[in-house]
Amino acid sequence: MKPFVRKIVFGLLGLLLLVTSGISFYESRHLEEPVVLSEGVTQVKKLSSYFPDIAGSMNDCNLYFLEGKEPGATLCVLGGTHPEEPGGQLAAWLFAENAVMKKGRLIVVLSANRSASTATRLGGAYPPDFIINTPWGGETFRLGDRWSNPLDQWPDPEVYIHYPSGQYLAYSDSRNLNRCWPGRPNGSLTEKTCFAFMEMIRKEKVDIVIDLHEAELQYPVISTIVAHEKGQELAMFISMTLTDMEGFNMGMEFSPKNLHGLSHREIGDYSDAVSLLFEAPEPFLDATRGETTREQLLTGKDEFVMKAGKHGLLFEKIDEKGWPIDVRVGRHTSAVLQTMASWTEANPGKPLECEGVPRYAEVIAKGLGFFLRNPAQAQPGRLWYE
Amino acid sequence: MNLIITIIYYILVGLISVVLIYNLIKSKEWEKEVLYIIVLIPFLLRLFMLK
Repeated sequence: MKPFVRKIVFGLLGLLLLVTSGISFYESRHLEEPVVLSEGVTQVKKLSSYFPDIAGSMNDCNLYFLEGKEPGATLCVLGGTHPEEPGGQLAAWLFAENAVMKKGRLIVVLSANRSASTATRLGGAYPPDFIINTPWGGETFRLGDRWSNPLDQWPDPEVYIHYPSGQYLAYSDSRNLNRCWPGRPNGSLTEKTCFAFMEMIRKEKVDIVIDLHEAELQYPVISTIVAHEKGQELAMFISMTLTDMEGFNMGMEFSPKNLHGLSHREIGDYSDAVSLLFEAPEPFLDATRGETTREQLLTGKDEFVMKAGKHGLLFEKIDEKGWPIDVRVGRHTSAVLQTMASWTEANPGKPLECEGVPRYAEVIAKGLGFFLRNPAQAQPGRLWYE
Repeated sequence: MNLIITIIYYILVGLISVVLIYNLIKSKEWEKEVLYIIVLIPFLLRLFMLK
């Protein structure tokens, strides 16, 4: 083959690779995830309503307001702080699509860091998305990363100095939404996002903020509630009740006073709200995992993580059953519902009461997909996209 | 400051892409041609802001 023709052939093959990978990246970044509003959703606002500077940015996310007929407290549930932890995000999805507040008010966030949902872990071989099976077909969700997309916030500093504490943190955590609280109005995109949420929490007089997460089994903060000191009694009550009544263990830990940038510390310090963070187990995040596949993400089955467990390297048990997404989501929905119940018991003058959201046993019995609603059957004006 | 660094970054990415394409055209060994194309792809993706 002549060199000129050979170069053309290689060039065309390269172009094919460029176009196919480019389309994959573009589609992943612009995938529209449908949200069929529950009849309990009374209003959808943008985060920029509270901090206009964030309007037009990737992180101007939707806020779903569910107002009860009777007054009460205000609870905010944050999903998607770390989009590579889908259990938290999908639990929030079940609230947005099914919850009806009878007493009090609920604010649901599905993509707290939208930018992070548009990129996957560099060198992590993450799948770009995953599909949850439902009675009406499969619903596709983006699998994101822990950090904001470098396309939206770049470059990283040599060392990330947290504002306002001045604490030194890893450079990449300058793009970690859960290391940037309480944020600042003139900071990076991630800091501005946290600041916008803080403005919303303060202006809406939110009483409790719950940040939903998942953790690797080799991480000691797992299957637990991390509570700001304002919420320690509440968290302890939730932990005891869940462990006693629902058949799964839920621990409780104190938010360290000198560990800055995390929601459970800074939201409590910089607003009147009680801040809690819930962790569920996700073997997909473990460094010792085997294949990084959609199946592993959703079943939580991994023989290599199991082997790590046999060597005593894990802080949560794992067996052949793995940690299926239904179990992880069910833990979160039960924990949020129990928060409402325990709060109401302690604060009868400011109740929270919610209907329509399945608890742990029901999510496992019917499957998470059973509770996701069909966008094709959405009423006019009730279909939104993340 | 970040904006200036970002602009410089994209100029560098563009320059490296041009150099890689130039080397691809001038190369006489097919193994190097394949290598240049593989190296070029992430640079072009970044230039088009696809990630």
